[in-house]
Amino acid sequence: MRVLVTGLSTFWGGRVAQELERRPDVEVVVGVDTTDPRIPLERTEFVRTDSTYSILARIVAATQVDTVVHTHLIVDSTQASGRTLHEINVIGTMSLLAAAGASGSPVRKVVLKSSGLVYGASRADPYFFREEMTRTSAPTTNVERSLLEVEAFLRDFADDSPHVTVTLLRFTNVLGDDLDTPFALALRRPVVPEILGFDPRVQFVHQADVVGALMYATNNDVPGVYNVAADGNMPWSEVCTLVGKPRVPLSPWLTNIAAEPLRRLRLWDLPPEALQLLRFGRTMDNTRYQQAGFRYQYSNVATVEAFARGLRLAKTIGDKNPTYRYEREVEDFFRHSPAVIRND
Amino acid sequence: MLLGDDSGWLLRMADADRPKRPDISAVPGPDVDLVAEAEVLDQKGQLVAVPWRGRPDEPRVQGVRRSDVDAWGRSEHMRALTRRLYDPIYKHWHRVEWEHFDRLPTSGGALIVANHAGAIPPDAPAIMHGIETELHRKVYGLAENLFRSLPVVGTLWARGGGVAAHPDNAYRLLHDEGQLVLVFPEGAKATGKRFTERYQLHRFGRGGFVEIAMRAGVPVIPIAVVGAEEAMPIVFKSSRAAKMLGIPYFPVTANMLMMGPLGLVGYFPSKFRLRVLPPVHFDVAADQERYSRSRVMDESERIRQTVQEALYDMLRTRRSVWFG
Repeated sequence: MRVLVTGLSTFWGGRVAQELERRPDVEVVVGVDTTDPRIPLERTEFVRTDSTYSILARIVAATQVDTVVHTHLIVDSTQASGRTLHEINVIGTMSLLAAAGASGSPVRKVVLKSSGLVYGASRADPYFFREEMTRTSAPTTNVERSLLEVEAFLRDFADDSPHVTVTLLRFTNVLGDDLDTPFALALRRPVVPEILGFDPRVQFVHQADVVGALMYATNNDVPGVYNVAADGNMPWSEVCTLVGKPRVPLSPWLTNIAAEPLRRLRLWDLPPEALQLLRFGRTMDNTRYQQAGFRYQYSNVATVEAFARGLRLAKTIGDKNPTYRYEREVEDFFRHSPAVIRND
Repeated sequence: MLLGDDSGWLLRMADADRPKRPDISAVPGPDVDLVAEAEVLDQKGQLVAVPWRGRPDEPRVQGVRRSDVDAWGRSEHMRALTRRLYDPIYKHWHRVEWEHFDRLPTSGGALIVANHAGAIPPDAPAIMHGIETELHRKVYGLAENLFRSLPVVGTLWARGGGVAAHPDNAYRLLHDEGQLVLVFPEGAKATGKRFTERYQLHRFGRGGFVEIAMRAGVPVIPIAVVGAEEAMPIVFKSSRAAKMLGIPYFPVTANMLMMGPLGLVGYFPSKFRLRVLPPVHFDVAADQERYSRSRVMDESERIRQTVQEALYDMLRTRRSVWFG
C-alpha cells in the first residue's frame, strides 16, 4: 500500500501517518501540508505545498500512491479566514480529486474526513442524524457551506470513478488532550459558556476513535458515507460537571453578537456553528460504521471523562507533550544519509 | 467515583505515613481501562491500539454518568419531581378518572393519540401522569419543535419527556425502543379553537401518525378526553398579536378574564374523564418504503371518527362539567 496523507501537520493527518508507519504492508507514506509537521515521523516523506495543492497531480503521478487520506479540511471557522477556508477546503479538495481522478491515475481509494457540521443544528432537526438525512436549515457559516461543497465534489468523483473506493467520514466534535477543537478549548477555560435556558444534548468522539476510524477506512474497503461519533449523548451541563467547570450563561437572544466581544478578547473562541450546537445540540447515529465493522473504544461519557482526566493532569504538570520542531536537514540526514545505520 | 478513589488513596497515605501508589487493580472495571490508556499514552507518547478488522475487539471504555438524562433529554428524576407536584392537581383538582385503562399495553411500543384542548393544554400532563403512575411506563410526548427554541421552558419540556414531533424521532421511540408515545394529531388547531367549538375534532393532520405506526409496526391507541375543553376555554383570539409574537395563536381565556395574569396558569377545576378506546392494529408489513396514501388517510379518518363518537357518548352521560 502506498498512501498519500493530506494535512500532515494537523492532528488527524499526523496521527494517521504515525499509524501507517507502523504497518509493514505500507510501503510509502507521503504527507503534504502547507506547514511543517508537528509530530515526529520516522519514514513519512513530507512535501510542502501551497494551500490549494496545485502540485498534487505531479506528486500522485511521481509516487504512484494507491490510497489518498484527505484530512486537510478546516472544520472550525476560528482557525482561518473565509478566503483561506475556501482555498483549503474547496479548492484543495478539487485539486486533490482532479489529481486522483486523472486518466492513468493509480489511486484506488480515497478517504475524506468531513464533519457533522454538514447537518447543521436547528430546532427542526431529527434527534439522531443518519447518513442519508440532510440538514433542515440553510447553512449560515462559511465552514458549513464549504464542507457541503466538498461533499458534493466527492459524490461526483465517486460517481465518475467507480473503480475507486470512496469513503466519507463525518466526525462529530472531537475531544482529546492533544488537539484544539472549539469545545476542547472552551472546556479548558476556567469557566465554560452556555446559552441561558438551553441545555442541549451534545455528543463527542474521542481522538483515539478518530484516528481509529480513519485507519479503519484506510485498511478496509468501506465505500460510502459514515457518521463517526461515540455512543450516546448527554446534556451540556453534565459535560461541564464531569469536567468540573462552572458555566456562565450567554444571552439566548442575539447570542452571536453577545459572543463577538468575547471572541475579540480571546476569552472564548466559539465560532457561530458551535453556538448553534450550544442551543440545539446534535446527535448522530453511529450504527452504520459499526455495522461496517468498526469498533469504538470510547463511549460518549468515557470520552468526556478521559478528557477531564487529561485536564486534571495538565493542571498539575502543565503541557506534557514535548514540543517537536521539524527540521528538514535533520530529518533528511536520518532518513537518507548513508552514514546512518538503519535496521530494516 | 473518581472522587472516592482519590480520597481513599489520601486516607491510605495518612495511615501508612508514606507515599503509596494507588492500587490500580482495585479500581472497578471501566476505570482500569482508562488508567491503562493513560499509561500507554505516557510511555510512548502515542495513542494506543487502533482496532482492525479480524483482531479481537478492544475492551470498550465506558464511563459513569452524572445525571439520568436519557438520549432524548428526558430525566426520570425530573419526571418524579413533576409527578409529586402534579399529583394533587391530578387527584383533587381535575379528579381524573380512566375507563378501560387495561387497554394500554404493559410492554412494547404503542402510539397513543388523543383529542387536544385548552389554550395551554392540560390533557397531555394528565395522560402522561396517569400512565406513568399506574402503568409504571415512560411516556414520551411529541410536540411542535417550537418548544426546542424556547429558553428554560424548552429544557424543562425535554426533561419532562417532550420530544419534537419528527417522523424519525417517533419511529425510533416506537420501533427501536418500544416506548409509549403520545401525540395529538390535531395539533395547535385544536388547542387554539374557541369555546363554542368544543369537542368538535379537527382534521387529524395528514395522517402522519398512522404512517409512523404502520412503519414502526405498532398499534395506535386512541384516547377520548372529556374535561380539558372546560379547564381553560378560549373566549376570543387575536391573530394580529399572534403574528407579532410569532406564535400559533394568541388566546384570551376565560381564566384570564376571571383571574387576571394568574389565569395563564390557573385551570378551572373541570372533571376529567379519559376513555381508552380499543387499540387499532394495521395489517400491513412494517418498515415499508411507503404506504398507500388513501389507506393512511382512511385509517386516520376512521380513528378520528371513533374518538369523536366516544366523545359524544361520554358527553351524553356527563351531568356536570365540574362533577362529571
